[in-house]
Amino acid sequence: MNKTDDYAIELHRIVKRFPGVIANDGIDLKVRRGEIHCLLGENGAGKTTLMRILFGLYQPDEGEIILNNQKIQITSPKVALQNRIGMIHQHFRLVSTLSVEENIILGLDEGTGPFTNFRRVREKISLISSQYGLSIDPQAKIWQLAVGQQQQVEILKALYREVEILIMDEPTSVLTPQEVEKLFITLRSLVNNGLTIIFITHKLEEVMKVSDRVTVLRKGKVVITVSTKDTDKATLARLMVGREVIFRFKKNPLQKKDKILEIKDLHVLNDRGLPALRGVSFDLFGGEILGIAGVSGNGQNELAEVLTGLRKVWKGLIYFTNQDITHCSSRKINKLKVAHIPAERIRRGIVVTLSISENLILNKYFYLPFSRGEFLNYKAIEENAQAMISEYQILTPHHKAPVRILSGGNIQKIILARELSKDPGLIVAVHPTYGLDIGATEQVRQILLAQRERGAGILLISEDLEEIISLSDRILVMFNGETMGILEEENADLEKIGLMMAGSKYPGEKI
Amino acid sequence: MTSSKGLEFKIEERSGVSQGRILCISVLAILFALVIAGLFFQLFGVSALKAYRLIFSGSLGSSFGLAETLRRAIPLLLCGVGLTIAFRALFWNIGAEGQLLIGAVAATGIALFSEIPAPLLLPAMFLGGFIGGALWGLIPAVLKATLGVNEVITTLMMNYMSIYLVEWLIHGPWKGPSARGFAYSETFPPSAWLPTISGTRIHWPTLFLGLILSVLMYILILYTKSGLEIRIMGENPEAARYAGINSLKVTLLVMFISGGLAGLAGVGEIAGIHQRLLGPTHISMGYGYTAVIVAWLARRNPLAVIFTSLFFGLLITGGDVIKVSLGLPSQLINVFNGLILFFLIGSEFFLHYRISLLSRR
Repeated sequence: MNKTDDYAIELHRIVKRFPGVIANDGIDLKVRRGEIHCLLGENGAGKTTLMRILFGLYQPDEGEIILNNQKIQITSPKVALQNRIGMIHQHFRLVSTLSVEENIILGLDEGTGPFTNFRRVREKISLISSQYGLSIDPQAKIWQLAVGQQQQVEILKALYREVEILIMDEPTSVLTPQEVEKLFITLRSLVNNGLTIIFITHKLEEVMKVSDRVTVLRKGKVVITVSTKDTDKATLARLMVGREVIFRFKKNPLQKKDKILEIKDLHVLNDRGLPALRGVSFDLFGGEILGIAGVSGNGQNELAEVLTGLRKVWKGLIYFTNQDITHCSSRKINKLKVAHIPAERIRRGIVVTLSISENLILNKYFYLPFSRGEFLNYKAIEENAQAMISEYQILTPHHKAPVRILSGGNIQKIILARELSKDPGLIVAVHPTYGLDIGATEQVRQILLAQRERGAGILLISEDLEEIISLSDRILVMFNGETMGILEEENADLEKIGLMMAGSKYPGEKI
Repeated sequence: MTSSKGLEFKIEERSGVSQGRILCISVLAILFALVIAGLFFQLFGVSALKAYRLIFSGSLGSSFGLAETLRRAIPLLLCGVGLTIAFRALFWNIGAEGQLLIGAVAATGIALFSEIPAPLLLPAMFLGGFIGGALWGLIPAVLKATLGVNEVITTLMMNYMSIYLVEWLIHGPWKGPSARGFAYSETFPPSAWLPTISGTRIHWPTLFLGLILSVLMYILILYTKSGLEIRIMGENPEAARYAGINSLKVTLLVMFISGGLAGLAGVGEIAGIHQRLLGPTHISMGYGYTAVIVAWLARRNPLAVIFTSLFFGLLITGGDVIKVSLGLPSQLINVFNGLILFFLIGSEFFLHYRISLLSRR
């Protein structure tokens, strides 16, 4: 009884706004002392923002933080560390050419004057290592260590600073399965020694395996906080991705046209050279929306990239309207009228410093009338911009304004206007409404449905399960780079999809 | 609970940067450099105000000073315009100095050893100088685009290669028999001399070439397909990949232009002023490096280079003035150049971020 009310840290009504987005919308979180508390949610749910507030990297717009029953202000990571809060980022903050011990004491003042007392440092490191069952040679250089060992250095770094609360941001995303096992053992020994761990993840298996309690976040709000033993994977999946009741769009009945896309036994590697797609096969027809569901990081992004020529095929075949495009360049695929609405729209889809009219021809500046020979025709470019601004109701002071000044919804409309203006046969849309407000989301979805009516084949990759179910004619679920099965619209429900997202194949489905 | 004392700052990214703000920040950066450089004058026992008065009156206040300012601005203009193109694509070409020297070498070879008839000799020298500088610039471009070799290091190191190439030529195979023991090449035939405005050392054909090219490069950047590709690649390489832009092609193009223009500057210097190949520090005295600052101060706008190159021409002339009038080393001006670059780069931060004091509760 007493133990359950002993909170290491409490967050009350935390609100954090970014231009156009509310990342945290009144979040309440209470973390008990000595527990592993998972923060579960899709990308963009607000997990990382919340933890950055806790570590002093962001200041909340509203709300308060209570540590050991006292209200505090965490204005910087330094203040966080003074309050015994540590954070291990997804991408490690280590200097690869320095040794383990040098990295550990980086930023600390160990010794007298300019001299570091390495003997004392080593003693302290070996004491901590033996207490928590870590084994790292303090004099090894970081670049010599495997990724899992580097993570141990990060943990050592935090322990050396005597943190009591340790935040870990998706710590398993860079680890091999064996390293994950080892990490979980380490985490257990940390909590057994009195630490409190906040573990950010979007992987359900990890939540079930490692946590005592779990808080599910969705679109900046807390959905639920439960004891892990009182829940299961399918429930969590459902809570993480959507509501129970799903509003379905009024769609005209599916009129299957010709086969637009055919993928056979596709194998693709990710950026780290590991398999991202392992033998994916499916067909896509004109006038159809095929939704790709899955927890993020299960190969969806790589699928979008390989279909648009931005990633190489390792093995397998891709046919677009009966042409082999397996090894075509992105320019060639673009010219074949494949539209790509990219996942990270600002990083990839637009150039923020260029004008709206220039961004609207990114995929066709090499065609007449936008350029004649080597010269750009700004008259045509600006007419094109004006036409699109009115057709797609893009809110902007002027077509010559840089895209930077626009809101997220209007930026997405620019990308849609540009990509759909070529009357594409195939549309690869990745997270098309991610981060948009309700109005813009609705507009984007209507635009996609209009394209379906027109006869385009649409591959809709989204982490918003609600969106997938409300728009798709068929739903393909991916897990670990493989197809778990394809559900027809009428027998697609959240529970089935949730189970498939967690790795079970759809019974009776031949793949 | 938290106990850190003193001022706390809040740093936020700005959503846009106006032209007026760019100008204001640039002028402030120059003023800061003037103030700090003034301390160096004081260290030499000279009043900073007096030194600045001399620098500006010496380089602007007489026809001789103006002419010298203009002549110094010519190589800075050509190199600077070329660098804006490279910098637009985020290719950090620090090698204009070397590309300039190779241009000079190519022009010398044509002037001394070709059989090209008189009226065509100078055009051939400019063409050869352009190609020489361009090829020299393409080497780091190929290395970067294919193997990912850092261009800052390769372009910088290739400057030394070109310096030693020139040294070797003038001490060895190209050493002029009539140079009486000096390390010079033979003097060019008169048909390889550029005309100058009488009474000055302003080789006006090169000046016109520079002005025309700065306009042409402005058009290239803003009004052509290649220019759009260069800007997309420089502003967002990931979007360039998404748009199917061939990064190898763009990298080669910008370095062909950037190296070529520096090569032209080299041709102008030897055909317009020295009429022979001589020691590398006499040909250039660091124009290629100063041009980095010239291009940066122009915020990578080829037209603005016309003004920034004049400003740095003025500074170099001012350096000569303080050497003669005050007996100070003219290298003090290099200190000034360095300080300007230092403050310009530092000021980038203030262009894009807003800083405000945070009141502590």
